[in-house]
Amino acid sequence: MIPFDYTRADALEDAGKALDAKAEVIAGGTNLLDLMKIQVMTPEKLVDITRIDGLSEITKDGDKLRIGALVTNTALANDANVRKGWPLLSRAILAGASAQIRNKATTGGNLLQRTRCPYFYDTSQACNKRAPGTGCAAQGGSGRMLALFGTSEHCLAAHPSDMATAMTALDAVVEIRSADGETRQVPIQAFYQGPGDTPHIENVLAEDDLVTAVILPAPLEGTHQVYRKVRDRASYAFALVTVAAAVKVEDGKIVRADMAFGSIAPHPFQNADVKDMLVGQAPSDALFAKAADALTRAEAPHPDVEYKRPLLRRTLIATLRQACGLSDAHGVDIAKV
Amino acid sequence: MRDDFSETTHFKMDKAQPRLLDNTGQGIVGAPLDRPDGPLKVSGTAPYAADVLPTGCLHGVLVRATISRGKVTAVDKGSLAGVEGVVDVITDPRMIRNPAQGMAGEAPVQTGDEVHYHGQPIALVVAESFETARDAAHRLKVTYEAEDGVAVTPDTAEQEVGDPDTAGDFNAAYDGAAVKVDLDYFSPSHVAAPMEPHAAVAEWTGNQLVLRSALQMVRFNKLEVADSLGISPDAVRILAPYVGGGFGSKLGIGPEAIAACIAAQKLGRPVRVVMSRQTVFDSVLRRSETAQRVRLGATKDGRIVALSHDDRVSNIQGEGFAEPVSQASQFLYGADGLSFQQTVARPAMTPSGSVRAPGEAVGMIAFEAAVDELAEKLGMDPLELRLKNIPDTHPMDGRPYSARRLADCLNDGAERFGWADRKMRREGDWLIGMGMASAARTNMLIESAARVRLTGTGAIVETDMTDIGTGTYAILGQIAAEMLGLSVEQVEVRLGDSDLPGASGSGGSFGASSAGSAVFMAAKTLREELAKRLGCEADDLTLSGGIARGGNVEKSLADLVDSEMVAEATIEGGKTAKESFSAGFGAHFAEVAVNEWTGEVRVRRMLGVMAMGRILNEKTARSQALGGMVWGLGSALHEEMMNDTRDGHVVTRDLANYHVASHLDVPRDMKVVFLEERDDEANPIQSKGIGELGISGAGAAILNAIAHATGKRVRTIPALPDRVIEAMES
Ligand SMILES: Cc1cc2nc3c(=O)[nH]c(=O)nc-3n(C[C@H](O)[C@H](O)[C@H](O)COP(=O)(O)OP(=O)(O)OC[C@H]3O[C@@H](n4cnc5c(N)ncnc54)[C@H](O)[C@@H]3O)c2cc1C
Ligand code: SF4
Repeated sequence: MIPFDYTRADALEDAGKALDAKAEVIAGGTNLLDLMKIQVMTPEKLVDITRIDGLSEITKDGDKLRIGALVTNTALANDANVRKGWPLLSRAILAGASAQIRNKATTGGNLLQRTRCPYFYDTSQACNKRAPGTGCAAQGGSGRMLALFGTSEHCLAAHPSDMATAMTALDAVVEIRSADGETRQVPIQAFYQGPGDTPHIENVLAEDDLVTAVILPAPLEGTHQVYRKVRDRASYAFALVTVAAAVKVEDGKIVRADMAFGSIAPHPFQNADVKDMLVGQAPSDALFAKAADALTRAEAPHPDVEYKRPLLRRTLIATLRQACGLSDAHGVDIAKV
Repeated sequence: MRDDFSETTHFKMDKAQPRLLDNTGQGIVGAPLDRPDGPLKVSGTAPYAADVLPTGCLHGVLVRATISRGKVTAVDKGSLAGVEGVVDVITDPRMIRNPAQGMAGEAPVQTGDEVHYHGQPIALVVAESFETARDAAHRLKVTYEAEDGVAVTPDTAEQEVGDPDTAGDFNAAYDGAAVKVDLDYFSPSHVAAPMEPHAAVAEWTGNQLVLRSALQMVRFNKLEVADSLGISPDAVRILAPYVGGGFGSKLGIGPEAIAACIAAQKLGRPVRVVMSRQTVFDSVLRRSETAQRVRLGATKDGRIVALSHDDRVSNIQGEGFAEPVSQASQFLYGADGLSFQQTVARPAMTPSGSVRAPGEAVGMIAFEAAVDELAEKLGMDPLELRLKNIPDTHPMDGRPYSARRLADCLNDGAERFGWADRKMRREGDWLIGMGMASAARTNMLIESAARVRLTGTGAIVETDMTDIGTGTYAILGQIAAEMLGLSVEQVEVRLGDSDLPGASGSGGSFGASSAGSAVFMAAKTLREELAKRLGCEADDLTLSGGIARGGNVEKSLADLVDSEMVAEATIEGGKTAKESFSAGFGAHFAEVAVNEWTGEVRVRRMLGVMAMGRILNEKTARSQALGGMVWGLGSALHEEMMNDTRDGHVVTRDLANYHVASHLDVPRDMKVVFLEERDDEANPIQSKGIGELGISGAGAAILNAIAHATGKRVRTIPALPDRVIEAMES
């Protein structure tokens, strides 16, 4: 760890003023501190926002729910309103990390967590995301955790957040405050940026911007919400692929199919065609297979993630069967009960 | 006052020994007693290697090579100019390339400025604080002359093909067999990654070195340190009273320890070096990946006539160790013709060495899966096939077995697990299946010494034996207490100090039996002297509750011992090991659920039935067996080290990328049953190794259960979701 300055912001204004190109916000620190210890992230200044009032609340705003940026993953997953109105989000969060980490991790930090590409973590390796312009060692390297969609020749990394995937399926909006005190709202779909030729820039935040909240629109009444995460062990592992789905079936037809896919792109991934194929149709294995085929048609950008195509295909089918009541999968994992 | 008693004995295991521990009558040996060190550990007060910081201690961080092979041409100390707190950058021809192999007793390869693999420690940055040293290690500029065209994968590297070990004529038997299987399996490299990373604190007083380090085999480690540094072993004292797990990875002295010794000597201040988790992955000996080919031929009614298990493993040039993949395959079942051939590839990769149950841990996964595949082809119950092929004598050399309850374990386990009702079934999206496998692991007695001091009120056991979390403190105290008529609270056990009598160390599952036998023999000498003092035959002596009885006389220990009686005993293997063959045996059963969509595998229950000689402490033995089974599960389903195929570097360098089984992967319904056994040929306490039998074969039971559930075989482990899907779609 290199020496750094530490500033504790007591109010939003202080944080905005303290932030610059060499500074990083620290919230739970569960991602940032790990990366600082191995010198993947080397901020010269940390701006601690954890004592700022008003960022740790979950508040109802009409039908909407406003989640402060400092609300912990544990608090959010356990919140009674969330569990009732947006169970998908609760399930996604609980599928991530461990209880200890979720106790520390915050909503803002989770959205902004960095990729788990192992070359990003290893400072002896070329990585455009860590050190712009050095190249991408993952190309031609070992790539089990890389993305399937939305990559560029400069970076193949995936975004690992479970929480953000559920929020994307739920059409959440990210509230951002800039240093001048202005607040803007950005749909989560527009919040993340693909790698292009600047993979070190992952979202629309300016250097002195702060995420202050995430806002969930009204609950999707009558939907069946399933979060399916497939990983290399039963818990405490990043996803290989995830499917977040909120599906509503009425009179034998699918009337809503809001979905997002995680760990397969530089950001939570959506595909409007797949949704269109489902809505208005009667749920059936044949329909799901058609939708899943459409979703997974693209070519894998790295041979090591070729497996994600059949895995995602099958996971989507299984999720839709469950969400439409075609399978008695008994929640996520009957094998454990 | 009577004189102190002092005697030193040397015992060779030349013939089966009487079962004295069955007659001492205290019921302490075998009892499921808590570990006396437990409270210290959970309260954080047990001093592990890195916990004792001498005043003025400096901190060192190892710098790793970032080329696959070549030379370090310059280490630019100038690149650290301005980094406040940096004391020195140490490079030294005595630094070691990798940890010593188990029981080497001499320096491992010392490369000077040569680099042999990506990740090799090449320098030590020393600073006033750990954080500064870590930062400086990142910043340090090193220039290299890299060799071109270095082979960094087992497939592309030079292959050393060994001569096969054979018995009978395999080819003829295989050609003539009615039913055959010829199968290839692959397992990736594994890492022990114990909870406590490798660590050392070195301190010199004049020419005397005190090294605190996380080590499993102090007697050998002392010689390795001396040889590495070019000093006399008498100048070296090693302290390793508490070790946070080893699993083979701390058998030999490590690069962090030698670097700490060199730096401390040069700088005249104590130096602590703790490996980062990433360094543990880079430069501690891995378990080799394996490519295995198993060929089995049988008669129509299921008698195995031809048995061959060939393998290809890897290790770097200059290391003598090669994962003994077919070790158990050579003694588990009989055949008319047997053949075992090993090839060793020599890539520039992190060197390999012993990781828990070297050989059996991965060899038995392939072998016992292949036996299952043969059963399937024969249309025979896999349990029955195994029972039918238990040989009368060692198939390779004809030696009789010592205690061996393999058939009992198989039958008992089948009964308890409900094997007879085995049928594939479905629950929702989950396919449920059952599998089983035999368990086997060689058993050894390694030379060990121990001293027991008896006073009128208690005893002290002294040996340089280590406790790597396994329960050595508990069992050595139990043996002494049982033998001397004391309670365990009256016995103090001192371990992990090279000034104490030299033991086997913890490795190869032989530690408890070897060190335990030495304590037993020392205590036996004391019993003989006590009998003499009481005036009875040693056979008539009973010691219990601090009272000695015999020949109608009864005296308290305090009356018999004036000040202190001291006995030191050394035990070593002898004729019994040549005239008979000793191994632990057992049976593993597993039930799994496989998700037919996602290929995820969840183990629902596991049972291990094992016969491992006398159980010294039912609780620590059970923990070892359970831990082994969890490892078996982990290797079947999760553990996989990945290396970059361009430069050989380890890609999975932390525990977020290298997956061991998580709690949720381990079934709640996990049982271990010990069958009563005494191995009279093994050692005078009739015990056998326990630490590794639990892993041996456990993974195969899981793979066999997956095959039962899905009807398809996964032959590359771990059985990750995509591999299971690939098998299901095949
Ligand atoms: C072992 C392990 C396993 C994990 N497994 C999973 C998993 O399975 N699934 C999953 O989704 N996640 C997983 N995680 C990641 C975890 O969810 C994140 O580490 C956590 O959510 C980050 O939150 P934090 O508050 O600690 O962020 P920090 O570490 O404090 O910050 C992360 C980043 O966000 C920035 N930041 C934080 N808050 C704000 C803000 N309000 N405005 C602007 N910038 C901000 C920081 O500057 C930093 O760059 C795992 C983490 C670990 C260590
Ligand atoms: S994929 Fe992206 S994160 Fe990984 S090495 Fe390439 S540039 Fe870096």
